[in-house]
Amino acid sequence: MKLLYFAWLRTKIGIASEEVEPPETVVDVDGLLAWLADRGPGYAEALANRDQVRVAVNQDYVAGDHALESGDEVALFPPVTGG
Amino acid sequence: MTVRVQAEDFDIGAEIEALTSGNLRIGGVASFMGVVREMAGEQAIDAMTLEHYPGMTEKKLAEIEAEAYDRWPLEASLIIHRYGRLEPGDRIVLVVTAAKSRGPALASCEFLIDWLKTKAPFWKLEETDQGAEWVDARESDDEAASKWGK
Repeated sequence: MKLLYFAWLRTKIGIASEEVEPPETVVDVDGLLAWLADRGPGYAEALANRDQVRVAVNQDYVAGDHALESGDEVALFPPVTGG
Repeated sequence: MTVRVQAEDFDIGAEIEALTSGNLRIGGVASFMGVVREMAGEQAIDAMTLEHYPGMTEKKLAEIEAEAYDRWPLEASLIIHRYGRLEPGDRIVLVVTAAKSRGPALASCEFLIDWLKTKAPFWKLEETDQGAEWVDARESDDEAASKWGK
């Protein structure tokens, strides 16, 4: 699974992207975020406020109960501020 | 229907001319251009850097544009959004819509910029003499987008 981080999620976690293989107990987006938050202080800080984290799977917005596949591209980012 | 995400500046006159010339059904052309302000609240801005999600940005902009065609009878449309480092006075975004008359052109132009602001994956990092800070999303932008439904 490919993870992408943008804006302050990227700067807090410290990397722009990574390949991960979460355990089989991680089946959806909420499960992935909970697993990621335990990976280190940067992750915990970036994911502390779930309301401020948007998730896209394969470049479409999804909710927390969206089921994940091993080949997914999962992007985590703050509410958008373009325009 | 055209979407461009680019670092380069754009020429609004040349873009409108290229989009509309030759289509004699067009009777109304509306445009919105966003520019970098010198102030963020009370704080002067030296520059801002726009980050985006390559691939998803183009996809979302194309979806938003397609939604506008579902809602209004449009003859032509264009969305240009810049990324990278921009300074006060620099152009950020251009939305142009063209229709047989002004009604659909004006309404769809406002719709496109409202939805773009809440759905297209761009983020602004402002540079001030206090350092660099990510811009927070505004509730007023959500409210503007929600008036269009869905």
